[in-house]
Amino acid sequence: MSTGSALYAARVGLRRGGLEVRHTFTNSQDLWNYIFPSLIFLVVMFFMRGAAVPGTDFSLGSRTLPSVLGMSVAFGGLVTLMMSLALEREDGTLLRAKAIPNGMLGYLVGKLVLVAGMTVASMLIVLVPSLFMLDGIALTSVTAWLTLAWVLVLGLVATLPLGAIFGSLFTNPRNAGVIMMPVMGLVAISGVFYPIQSFPEWLQGVAQVFPIYWLALGMRSALLPDELAAVEIGESWRHLETVGVLSAWAVAGLVLAPWVLRRMARRESGSSVAERRERAMRRVA
Amino acid sequence: MAVVEEADTPAREVGRHDENVVLDVRDLRMRYGTTDVLNGVNFTARPGEVVALLGPNGAGKTTTIEILEGFRMRSAGEVAVLGVDPAHGGEDWRARLGVVLQSWRDHGQWRIRELLGHLGEYYAPYSTDRITRPWPLDELIEVVGLTEHAHKKIARLSGGQRRRLDVAIGIVGRPELLFLDEPTAGFDPEARREFHDLVHRLADQETTILLTTHDLDEAEKLADRILILAGGTIIADGTADELARSMSTEAEVRWTVDGQRFVHSTHDATAFVRDLFREHDEAIGDLEVRRPSLEDVYMAMVRQFEAGQHEAAVREFSEVTA
Repeated sequence: MSTGSALYAARVGLRRGGLEVRHTFTNSQDLWNYIFPSLIFLVVMFFMRGAAVPGTDFSLGSRTLPSVLGMSVAFGGLVTLMMSLALEREDGTLLRAKAIPNGMLGYLVGKLVLVAGMTVASMLIVLVPSLFMLDGIALTSVTAWLTLAWVLVLGLVATLPLGAIFGSLFTNPRNAGVIMMPVMGLVAISGVFYPIQSFPEWLQGVAQVFPIYWLALGMRSALLPDELAAVEIGESWRHLETVGVLSAWAVAGLVLAPWVLRRMARRESGSSVAERRERAMRRVA
Repeated sequence: MAVVEEADTPAREVGRHDENVVLDVRDLRMRYGTTDVLNGVNFTARPGEVVALLGPNGAGKTTTIEILEGFRMRSAGEVAVLGVDPAHGGEDWRARLGVVLQSWRDHGQWRIRELLGHLGEYYAPYSTDRITRPWPLDELIEVVGLTEHAHKKIARLSGGQRRRLDVAIGIVGRPELLFLDEPTAGFDPEARREFHDLVHRLADQETTILLTTHDLDEAEKLADRILILAGGTIIADGTADELARSMSTEAEVRWTVDGQRFVHSTHDATAFVRDLFREHDEAIGDLEVRRPSLEDVYMAMVRQFEAGQHEAAVREFSEVTA
């Protein structure tokens, strides 16, 4: 494939992603997926706003907001992409892409745009009402927005390849739910809703291997006043470590993902899609 | 019209191939584990030819087509599709092919016009002096009869409309070679007729078409040439007429003489009817000559093959086409 035709297909893929983002605002299923979790988070933060972060008089609800935003990035990159790849492999979207010149490249670019767009949209749906509901969020400086931006981008780069890998490995989208359990477990130990310093040290160590902890921390560093760094592990926002861990995941994912994706794409054919369709139909019946 | 080519030309044509051969399959073999699905498939197709691939379920039709589409690796044999080995076909090769896939629920949120416009974009860099790609959007939608649904969401289409969309997606890049896997499954008679017109129109524009179908009537109407695949090889290759002759199936002649009905089976219906008129002349009424349908021939061939008379079927056939 020449660079020129690859670039052209990537541009077509960008437009594809744009159209697909728009589609998510025109059907009730996707709108529900945007609004329902956001509502839960908003309710949780509303009831937590009176409690204080241990060791401070800062609102626990306000601390939860950036943590939830960080978690949304991880969910978008990992879970949304994984589910969508697994589903679209089953329904034949990927095979169609494969039958078209440079279609797979366009498809993937489109998917990345879609997931990034959906992630930003769901972040905004939580963030905007929170700004009216919660006190102490410091999103007024340029630095804050810049930090939010780099954590968001690096977070997506770290988690999207992982989502692509898991999405390629599952041939049955319903089995993809298997990955949800460990992800939920990680959320529980990653300090999204409550600081983890009270956890045993080994558990804190486990949490700090995975991206969710660092995404939540990075978002807190963007949205919270600097004094709050004092109650984090190491009494710092640890930006260097955040970049380090997220980059390590990104590199590992980017090395593995193309290989796994190619292997998956190679195996797509009409009969493999037909086989999966029959299996799915049997489940429905 | 079809000429069955024996492998008398050199097999190594990939790279500097004959412009007049779109599909060239020689001794194609496919093995899954220890099961041979294809054991030596041979056929060719010329530009603008419509070739129907028939055969019982499990005969290897889908495997053959998927190998030609480049979606599946073969175990052995020489294959050239538009002069290129499909195992190593690049994107420019891909742009010259059309594949009609069965849709299910993919792109449900897209609207017809939006999706065809998007998919067509991929083909734009592959226009040539002879072929402008993609097919102009509104014309394409009109050709497949979806104009009044152009702005409908795909999830809301009926089964038949969806199938038309599949066909539109298959031809949006103006392919030189089109694969149609059971294209009219679920069509009502009117949609089927319109689809047949479309296939003829594509063939007139020099599009080569390889189709599989279980509808033998359809194969007879559409195909210039019919291939019957059974037990992993092509057991017959020719026009419907040639196939009928090769099986020496008899035509049925019905007539009445003075109100009394007669039926007679014969190989040479013309000679028989000539004699009939010589003998009875004006006394004959309700004359009817029924040639064996493709279905009769197909069933006879497959049955003969399955009865282990493969050798005989191939020998008989090569005599006819020699």
